[in-house]
Amino acid sequence: MISVVEFANMLLGGVAAGMVLFIVSVGLSVTLGLMGFVNLAHGGFAMIGGYIVVLSMNRLGVPFIAALAIGFVLVAAISVVFERLLYTRLYRASELDQVLFTIGLVFVMIASITLIVGPETQPLNLPSWMQGQSNLGFMTYRTYSLVLIGAGVLIMLGLWLGFERTRMGAQIRAAVDNRRMAESLGINITRLFTLTFAFGSGMAALGGGLGAEFLGLDPQYPLKYLVIFLIVVAVGGLGRVTGVFFAALIIGVLDFTLKKYLPQGGTVFIYAMTILLLLWRPQGLFGRAP
Amino acid sequence: MSTPANTGTATNAAPGVGLSAAARELAERHRLRWWEALPWLLAIGFYFAFPRYLGFGTEMLITILFAISLDLALGYAGIVTLGHAAFFGAGAYTVGMLAKHGIWTEPITGLLLAAAVAGLIGLASGLVLLRTTGLTLLMLTICTMGLLEESANMAAEYTGGFDGLDSLPIQPVFGVFEFDVLYSTTQYLYVLAVLVICFVFVRTLVYSPFGHSLTGIRENTLRMHAVGAPVRTRLVVCYTISAALAGIAGALWAQANAYVNLSVLGIDRAATVLIVLVLGGYGRLYGAFVGAVVYMVLAHFLSRLYPSAWQLGLGLMLVVIALFARGGVLGIGAALWHGRGKERGPS
Repeated sequence: MISVVEFANMLLGGVAAGMVLFIVSVGLSVTLGLMGFVNLAHGGFAMIGGYIVVLSMNRLGVPFIAALAIGFVLVAAISVVFERLLYTRLYRASELDQVLFTIGLVFVMIASITLIVGPETQPLNLPSWMQGQSNLGFMTYRTYSLVLIGAGVLIMLGLWLGFERTRMGAQIRAAVDNRRMAESLGINITRLFTLTFAFGSGMAALGGGLGAEFLGLDPQYPLKYLVIFLIVVAVGGLGRVTGVFFAALIIGVLDFTLKKYLPQGGTVFIYAMTILLLLWRPQGLFGRAP
Repeated sequence: MSTPANTGTATNAAPGVGLSAAARELAERHRLRWWEALPWLLAIGFYFAFPRYLGFGTEMLITILFAISLDLALGYAGIVTLGHAAFFGAGAYTVGMLAKHGIWTEPITGLLLAAAVAGLIGLASGLVLLRTTGLTLLMLTICTMGLLEESANMAAEYTGGFDGLDSLPIQPVFGVFEFDVLYSTTQYLYVLAVLVICFVFVRTLVYSPFGHSLTGIRENTLRMHAVGAPVRTRLVVCYTISAALAGIAGALWAQANAYVNLSVLGIDRAATVLIVLVLGGYGRLYGAFVGAVVYMVLAHFLSRLYPSAWQLGLGLMLVVIALFARGGVLGIGAALWHGRGKERGPS
């Protein structure tokens, strides 16, 4: 039998992993739902964010929280340039063209990072108060994992409030459900999309920085984690913040548990589950039927 | 089409007689043209000109066959897949496992077995996957491939796991021509012969009514449903044939190299073949040839010397193709040849 402490250990580890998946993937889900754009380069923005965070800390001595903010702002700004100059030309193009364009972009990002920073893994040096263990009363646990869970919950709450309670959130929900109708009601979809894209990329950067500690940060990052980010989005349903949140938690916990108890076959289970789920509900767990 | 001679259908007149220029072009679409001999002449020329590079040439021919199989699904039927290496790997592992465990080592029947196994996997997965479209379809192709890759990794007892299976005992072709790992003369000619047969098959297929119905489905699925075409059956059949051809390519790879490992099933290989096809031009039959040659020659010389610069260049090339030149190298060539500006999409 598994003891309570062991079970809590597993659950907390999985939830922490799920939070990182959620923070990175949420932007991808919303942009996919809004424009139907298959952006395989989303993980690339997470990587660039991670590099900005880690390098500004290690080389310039910026504190962790400030570095995260810098990463968010810079990546959001970079992504606006990409979106206005390049992505916008492909909104009406075929899915294949979007896939090719974004794979090409991933290669460009990987090569640029390798050329500028180098191929080695970049370490994330956490501030001292995030290191070590915390006492939870009945057990102790890694402080940083608890920080991740806290950050994830805060972000989820913020996004949920933003989606449900603000004018822009309502516009996004309307556009995800029926773009043409939203457009004819006078919602400026182009502007809305640029803002959403920038915000989503910024969130990816945040996830890249927060997750650098246990996902590792090297130039192959966007290819290595591409499939898992896509699985989270597909399972959660396009354009659903809560959907991505629960999907990320499920997959995070499953992945963490399976890697511990079935180090060989864990991934098989996740692939098989995704296939079965998508056959049962092609629109994902929380998506609306087309 | 106002003159009486032109109102007659092509079926009761000899093709090309009494038709307008456009109709004649349509009726003669499938005719062999002089330049179609070029790739084969070049392939034979390569054999005599570069005897030291036959191993490289063999790899190139196998890539061409793999890209042609993808062209059938992606270029003609419009099935966007990032998991085609699943079938390449299925073929390679069929040959590899049968040979390593001493069950079957004859190469030509080995190809047929590999085609059957890959085709069956294509049929089974196609029956369920092709119900979906868009991102869901893309994800399902990736997950199917991942499932196979992880299964091969787990079943180490049969597949060799991460290390794969090496020194496969493959019998000589027709019992006479032995596979020599150092000088790939047998491999080159054997693969070339298989490529010719497969290519003739695919060429016949895409110009048949079946092939045209695939193009119709790619261009407008709704309208094909409306005219009563059995859309899903056509797609599944196409996917199965494409999978079987990819399986043959994988089997050739295993036989030519006498080993098989997990790289045959990975997303890297699936992405590479997609890039090869798109570089040459998809939906064009000869795009696979041009793409494989351009990609592999560039990769051979650049990727070892300047790996990052190669990746940067490749990425930029993909971006430019997706934004400005959707027909690939052949598309640009055709646009220049016909002198009518930019060509959008495959012909």
